[in-house]
Formats: sequence, C-alpha cells, structure tokens
Amino acid sequence: MNPEFLNTLGSIVGTATPLVIASLGETVTERAGVVNLSLDGSLTLAAVLGFAAAWTAQEAGVLDVPGQLALGIAVAMLVGALIALLIGFSSIRLRRDQVAVGFVLTLLAADLARFLGANFTRIPGPQVTRYAIPVLSDLPVIGPILFRQNLLVYFSYLLMFAIWYWLFRTGGGLTLRAIGERPEAAYARGARVQRLRYWYTALGGALVGLAGAAYSLNVKPGWSSPPAMQGDGWIALAIVIFGGWHPFRVVLGAYLFAALRAVSSNIQTNGLFIFGQEISFPFVLLNTLPWLLMIVTLLVVSGGLTERLLQYMPRAVQRRLRAFLRSDPPKALGTRFELE
Amino acid sequence: MTLRHPTVTRIAFLLLPIGISLAVAAALVIAVGRDPLDVVDALWQGAFKDSRKLGGVFNFWIPLSLVSIGLVVTFRAGLWNIGVEGQMMMGALFASWGAQFILLDETLAPLLHILLLCLAALGGMFWAWVVGALKIRLGVNEIFGGVALNALVNVISIYLISGPWQPRIGGSAQGTEPFPKPALLPEFAPTFPVNIFMIALVAVAFVIVYALLNRTRWGLNLKAVGKNMRSAQLLGVATERTSMSAFLVCGALAGVAGSYRVLFTFDNLRPLASGGIGFLGLLVVLLLSIRLLWVPLVAFAFAAILTGSTRLQIAPSLKLDSSLAGVMQGMLVLFVILFQGVREVFFDPTPDEDPPSPDPLPPQRREGELDASELVKDEKSTLPRSGGGGLGVGA
Repeated sequence: MNPEFLNTLGSIVGTATPLVIASLGETVTERAGVVNLSLDGSLTLAAVLGFAAAWTAQEAGVLDVPGQLALGIAVAMLVGALIALLIGFSSIRLRRDQVAVGFVLTLLAADLARFLGANFTRIPGPQVTRYAIPVLSDLPVIGPILFRQNLLVYFSYLLMFAIWYWLFRTGGGLTLRAIGERPEAAYARGARVQRLRYWYTALGGALVGLAGAAYSLNVKPGWSSPPAMQGDGWIALAIVIFGGWHPFRVVLGAYLFAALRAVSSNIQTNGLFIFGQEISFPFVLLNTLPWLLMIVTLLVVSGGLTERLLQYMPRAVQRRLRAFLRSDPPKALGTRFELE
Repeated sequence: MTLRHPTVTRIAFLLLPIGISLAVAAALVIAVGRDPLDVVDALWQGAFKDSRKLGGVFNFWIPLSLVSIGLVVTFRAGLWNIGVEGQMMMGALFASWGAQFILLDETLAPLLHILLLCLAALGGMFWAWVVGALKIRLGVNEIFGGVALNALVNVISIYLISGPWQPRIGGSAQGTEPFPKPALLPEFAPTFPVNIFMIALVAVAFVIVYALLNRTRWGLNLKAVGKNMRSAQLLGVATERTSMSAFLVCGALAGVAGSYRVLFTFDNLRPLASGGIGFLGLLVVLLLSIRLLWVPLVAFAFAAILTGSTRLQIAPSLKLDSSLAGVMQGMLVLFVILFQGVREVFFDPTPDEDPPSPDPLPPQRREGELDASELVKDEKSTLPRSGGGGLGVGA
C-alpha cells in the first residue's frame, strides 16, 4: 500500500486520540448513570492547566522532560476529576439537575481556562514524543498506522480493551452497568450505588482531563485563545451516543470523526482533485461536515426515522440491522437514585 | 435541621452564594497578582462612568433580555434550547441580507427597520424550527441538535463574509461592509448610544410573554408539558405542537436579539456576532430557576459586568483577560444552584416540592380539560428534569 496513505491514516489515529480518551471516559461516567455534560469546558481547562504545570516545571528546571509531562498529565487528570466530582456531588447529594450543573460548568470552565491561560498563550512547552514499538511497528500496514505513535495513543488502545473487559467480563463491570440501568435492583443486590457513582464519575472525569492534556501536550501543542479544541467536547458527547455506550463502537466513532476532519482540512489546503480534474467550490463549507455527521449519526442511532425505514426491510435483516444501527442509553441515565 | 427563622434563612441563602462566588473571584484575582478592589473599580468605571458607558450596558441588556425571555418559554416547556446562540446568529444573517439588498430611501427607514426585525424573527424561528423538528419529529436530543446547528450557522456566516458578501476592497474574514445608513437602527443621542425603540420592544416582549405564560391556556399547556410530558398528553394537551410553539417563540426573540447586534452594535455582519449572549441568557434563566419576573434585572446586572469587563484589559494596573466577567457570572450561577440544593436537602423539612403525581386521568375530568389549580399552586418552578433517556433518545 502507498506509504504516504498509511502515514495519513497514522496521523488520523494520532489526532483522534484525545477524542477517543474523552469519549471513553464519558462512556464510563454515563454507564454509571451520570451525565457529565461539561466536557467542552473541562477539556479546555484541563488542557490549559496541564500545559501550565508542565511548562512551569520546565522553566523551573525541576524535573526532566518525562517528569514535566507526567506532572502536566496528573494536573489535567485532577482537574477533570474534580469537575466531574462536583457534578456528581451536586446531583447525588444536593439533588440538582445534572444537565444544568454540567452546562454551567461547561461555560465556567471554558472562561476560567481563558482567564488563567492568558499568560500561557503561544509559548512552546514540553511535548509528548513519538515512540515506535520495536517489533510491532515493522508489521505491514498496521505497523505504520497503529504502532509508530506516542505513549498516549498506546494508552488509548489499552484503555479501550480495559474498559470493554471490565464492563462485560467482570463482576465489577456488571455492577457498573447495573447502577446505570436499574440502580434499585443493584442496591437490592448489595451494590453501594451512590459511592460507586462517585468513583466512576471521578474516573471518567480524570480520563476527560487526560484527553485535555493530550491536546495541549501533543495534538494541539500549547495554548491559544480561542482554544483549539473548542467544540470537541460536544463532539465527544455525541460520539458516546453514536457508540451506543460500547467502548469499541465509541472508538470507531472517534476515528470516523477524526478521519472526516482530516479529509476536509486536507481538501482546504490542497484543493480537491477528482480524476485529475480540479473541483472548486467554497471549501469553508467543508467545516460543516463534522456537525452534519453529528446530526446524521444521532438521527440514525436514536431517532424514529430508522425505525420507520426498517419496517420496509425483510424480517430477517430487520433485527440485525436494528442491533447494528440503533443504540439505547443506560435506562437510569441522568436520574437520581434515592432510598425511600 | 428544622427551619427556625424562615426569613433569616432565606436572606442567608440569597447572600451566601453571592458572597462565596465573589470571594472565589477575588481569590482568583489575587492569585494572578492583582488587587480585587482595582477590579471592582474597573468594572464600575467601565459600566457606569458616564452615559455613554451606560448606553453600552443597555446595548448588551437589550439582546440579553430578549433571549432570556425566550428561554424562559422553552425551559417552561422542559426544553434545553442551547441552540439559542445559533438562532441569534440566523436572525443576524437574515437581517444582514435585508440590510444589504432591500434598498429603501432614508424617509422609509422606520418601515425598513420593522421589515428587518421581522426578517430577523423569521430567521431565528427557522433555525429554532430545525432544532424543534429534529427533537420532536426525529428524536434528536435538542442539546446536541442545538450545538450542531450553532456551529453550522457560524460556518455559514464565515462563508458569507469571506465569499458572496465580502467587502469590495480588502476582502477578509473580518466582516462585511457597513450596511447602508437607512438600515441601521438610529441611536438616541451620541452621549447615550442606545436604540430607544428596542428598549420599548423588550418591555413589550416581557409583558406579552408574562401574560401568555401566566394568563393563558397556552402557558398552562407549556407548564404541563414541561412537568410531565406523559400526563400532559393524557390530559389532551397537543404536546408536540406546544413544544414546537415554545421553540418558535424563543427563536423569534433570539432572532431579533441577533439582528440588534448587527444593525446597531456592529453596523455590519461579523463572525460570531452573537458573542455568547445566547449562552449568557441560559445562565440568567438558570440563575432564576426559570422565573420570568426578575429576568430584566438580572440581565441588567450581567450586562453591566460584561460591559465593565472591557475595561479590565485596558486599565493599566490590571491588564486582565475580559473572560473574568464570564468566570464571575458562571461562579454566581453555580453557587446559586448548589446552595438551592443545600437549602432543600439540609434545611427544608419537606423532602420534595413536587407532590406525588396524581392519577393522570381522574374519572370525573373530561379529556382536553386541564385543571389550572393543579399547575398554578406551585409557584416555585423547577428545572426540566433530564429523565431516563433524556439524553440521546427523544421520547
């Protein structure tokens, strides 16, 4: 295969990584029945604070580069986890609406990021470097695509399998799914619903924070205002729905979005050629594509339209196609659980 | 804990969140090495130093009040109209189209203005209709539909500004040429640059929406749909039509708000002309737990902070990012919501404000009849609950 094409695919995998990690984190949170709507803000705040921490360590010269990066990532994860815990606390303990608190935090965190990041605009800082895995990177086709990346990308692969394994192959995962689907039943079986919800919300939030660090320390290095990752939080939230709260499908969705974006930005810089013929139209409009894809995917997986179309299909196909296309949220998503 | 002095508790719970959010903001300012008192001074000077500055406050207040009034309507119906920002922008686009291509004589300016505002309302309604249709007919959650449509209209506006509507000389993505003079809304006086007619329009919109919400069947229907979609349906409320009408009313108001930005504030169309005012409107309404009465006042306070914040960057002792205004507003709303929770959970002996829902169809009640007393008695309106499947799967 054309090595240039493989490199492009590899770079798509690289740039998709923050989206992958953020939507996997949100998947965990929502599986526990909590909606962390603040993604677009928490990603930004985690990104800028993670970068600020790593940069400060660099300037002070207290740590070596991996240490600076680790510090930045730790700070970003802490920020993400704290925001998520605030949503968890306000919902579980204070009985507030998760969507309302999440939305307020979206705006607040984004403004806070702009305020605190004002002194960190457009300065170079430490960055995560590429590390080709010895044997795997030499494999044909998948080597250059998957295994000539950085550690964050490799972590995202492991994360996907780990979450899948935890959710569907362990007792703990069964409980996690239960507290998102039928918390009363889980409680009756001895699960400590509220405590687990806190834990999974914090874990998901920490992953969102990590995704923020993946922007500012790798994919969109540094900090600028308006933030480069603006809007990605909402896309990650939509990817979770598209992915039907299943880690594999969620990751597929994240790659799909990243690929679409890579194609459209490539066309905008290099022009569009079909059979050697240059096609010209206002390329700015290509920026609508990710959002159109967002609407269309939501329409397909959650709307009534698919159901109506399925009626015209032969019976045998219907069931499998439905299972493939539709996705249903955890039944107790966004609701409170209270003991009578 | 029992409630010993209701008034004291009430005042305490009004002042606590304000105090705490101010304290946190002050701590932030100290953390970046500035004096909080300088910030207070700069905000005050920036908003109220003279009548020109005050005019600036009103120029934020007008669109902010309009969208907030509209958002009370959608929230009442249990809908999260995050697309309000895009509806403002679509109104601005429609008005900009009219301002550039409907060329009327100066003497007909008032007619043109009415025409442009109607166009803007149509634009906002159009974009709100799309969100509503996606939600009601096709089951796409209105939060995600709204976010996507906000982004779409922004791309469209950038396309128009850098393409078909670009200025003849020096075309860039900064904005269109200033609109012809007759299209621009006139200012009251150079010392008080505000359009008085629009202030009056805000007042009219406020009164009309207030009356509609509290005095008509439609207002009751909205509330019924917002509280419990299923019971409303069983009571014979046309839930789909009611939800859609809420979107359309909000869209019309947002569209007019957006047109004010281009026809008065900027005099041309710019990218992101809506400037986050729609989102700020959501904060205003969340702060008030969807009560319309105080919207103009809170919108004024928010507009003053926003206007004053422009001075934060200029003031020599500060040189702070103006996003501090957003931080203060966000903190305030967050702490107000949290303290409502603290009060309800720890200080209010009544566990839940909603009475246990009665049998949706009592035998003596005919279909289509809505018992008004049931809905009116709880004055404290609550936020729309995001019930199971609230996200992702619509109804």
